[in-house]
Amino acid sequence: MTGSDVTGRDAVVAAAGPGGSGLPVWGARGVCVDYGKTVALSDVTLCAPAGQVTAVVGGDGAGKSTLLRCLAGALAPDSGEVRRPGQERTGYLPESSGIYPDLTVAENLDFRAQGYGMPRRLARERAAEYLDRAGLTPAAGRLAGQLSGGMRQKLAVIAAMLHQPDLIVLDEPTTGVDPVSRSGLWWLIARAAAEGCAVVLATTYLDEAERCASVLVLDAGIALAAGTAEEIVAAMPGSLRAAAARPDGDAAARSWRRAGRWRVWEPDGEPGPGGDGAIQPDLTDAVTVAALAVRRGGASGAGASGAGASGAGAGAGRPAGGAE
Amino acid sequence: MWAMIVKEFRQVRRDRRTLAMMIVMPVLLLVVLGYAASFDVKSITVAVSGPQAGLVAGRLPSPFDVTTTAPGQGPAWARDQLRDGKAEMAVVTGAGRPQVLIDGSQLFSAKAALAALAASPRQFTVGGVNTPGGPAGAGPAGPPKVTVLYNPDLTTSAIMIPGLCGVVLVFVGTIITSLGVVRERQSGTLEQLAVMPLRPRDVFLGKIVPYFLVAAVDLTIVLAVGIALFGVPFRGNPAVFGLGALAFLFVTLGIGVLISSVSQNQGQAIQLAVMTLLPQVLLSGLIFPLTSIAAGVRWIAYFLPLTYFNQISRGVMLRAEPIAALWQPFVFLALLGAIVVTGATLRFRAYLAPAARERGPRGRAVEPQGAGA
Repeated sequence: MTGSDVTGRDAVVAAAGPGGSGLPVWGARGVCVDYGKTVALSDVTLCAPAGQVTAVVGGDGAGKSTLLRCLAGALAPDSGEVRRPGQERTGYLPESSGIYPDLTVAENLDFRAQGYGMPRRLARERAAEYLDRAGLTPAAGRLAGQLSGGMRQKLAVIAAMLHQPDLIVLDEPTTGVDPVSRSGLWWLIARAAAEGCAVVLATTYLDEAERCASVLVLDAGIALAAGTAEEIVAAMPGSLRAAAARPDGDAAARSWRRAGRWRVWEPDGEPGPGGDGAIQPDLTDAVTVAALAVRRGGASGAGASGAGASGAGAGAGRPAGGAE
Repeated sequence: MWAMIVKEFRQVRRDRRTLAMMIVMPVLLLVVLGYAASFDVKSITVAVSGPQAGLVAGRLPSPFDVTTTAPGQGPAWARDQLRDGKAEMAVVTGAGRPQVLIDGSQLFSAKAALAALAASPRQFTVGGVNTPGGPAGAGPAGPPKVTVLYNPDLTTSAIMIPGLCGVVLVFVGTIITSLGVVRERQSGTLEQLAVMPLRPRDVFLGKIVPYFLVAAVDLTIVLAVGIALFGVPFRGNPAVFGLGALAFLFVTLGIGVLISSVSQNQGQAIQLAVMTLLPQVLLSGLIFPLTSIAAGVRWIAYFLPLTYFNQISRGVMLRAEPIAALWQPFVFLALLGAIVVTGATLRFRAYLAPAARERGPRGRAVEPQGAGA
């Protein structure tokens, strides 16, 4: 799968490489996946430059896991192109964590290291280091099935990055994890990126996505927006206003409750009656608006994947590009 | 309670395979096994040697079925016929009392042969030869000398232990293996295996080798216990027995992997594994003699690996049968093994690549040169 395919790689790098740095960019371009009559992914593009953390966000059934499975090589797309390093240079944390509950923490890491052909001594040293930094050293001899959810997720993340791959794909590494463990996990993820690894992770927590270098927003298998969190927010069409109560009429379908108050999206940018005034949206608002825009059909929905196609670079941040 | 009942019915209804097994399999098994369940021996294969072989062969009544006559051969040939499983009884004719040799490792045939011999009220002579079961008062007195070989006391344990070794191997090889592999799917570690740089062949062998070793240890223990506690003889070449066990394990492990690759959960795997175990126990000749099983059902036995392992284990342990005489079960085991393991490998390959199985890899995966597999 090389040779003429290099052209495809160059095209991706040119479109989304960070400042033409020449660092490899992994990712997917125009990927479509169907499960029977259900469209899981429709023409989705994602760029994952080395040294950066890229977040894939979206609600349940948005297609996050499907995209990550394609990136990790666990699923072949129906069409489109996936660019990833070889299997031995890719680390993957599936949704199910991929950890053997009847092996100890150390045994799980030992199996993973052997599976990736790591020299035994290097594997031991690295496992000890990662366990130490994740605070799991005292649990090294415990069965993985007896660990708490957070500890098990940390183990799964360590296992995915133990062989120091070029691309790490993490499917919701922090879901169900307590805040302290989440912090520990993020330390591990940030460290891997700082060492030059491309990290792609799916998350339902938008506060986590805001920390990432770039974000891809998925909804029902369609890319709604891509870019940095700031770019996505800045490109949000229309305006947002706060309301004490849920508005009536057409505006009800464009409102949602957040932090005890209602937020109403005005597609044409003009605050409607009964509002308390415009408010500054954040990524959560922008993602919600992007989803609403698609559901409204047409106004902002078309061309979302086009925004994604340009990835984290110049074209990023256009939610539902039809509005541009 | 009503809520539980409704919930269970809903779950069972959605598990079509379990539902089918619950309804269809019992009927099917009853019909098949009903025809198989028979200890009645209708035919006993006989080899006759010695100068009067032709005459004697022509006069042996039912249930004796003369398959070979060798006028030029003697007792050694007759013993070889029994040892190599070519006949269940041999009659050696000559100038003196005829000698009847019975293969005790064929328990029910041996008992039937002894009963048939005892049923003859008198011995007779044809041309100076005593034959069992002939016309009364035809010759001088003198019953034939009857010798039961290989299992002279006609003990059941002597013939069951070699066969039970096979059952143990089926249990470990098929049931435990099928569970071990399908557990990967249920625990969610299968996807992890699929993306690791492991060849399907390595995963396949990595999964079955431990069970292979466990089964080998099990076999050794069962053999040792059988010999020590039940006095079962081991007269043949252990290497031939080991080779047979190896070939048999090859097939049973392959069946285990095959089952796991078509099962969604451990429950389905267990059901399928038991469905392969039951016919093997009941149709392979372990309990009911193959010749007693109705012909309409007997053909199934020839697709069951335990049928051939029984022949090898009993042949080697009880009769010291050489490998040359066991070529047929070895060849059939090898054939079954090749078919099953090929199928299991192909299924396992698809099992490790769900995308390829479900939809076909139509998209492209691009990997840089020098980046490895």
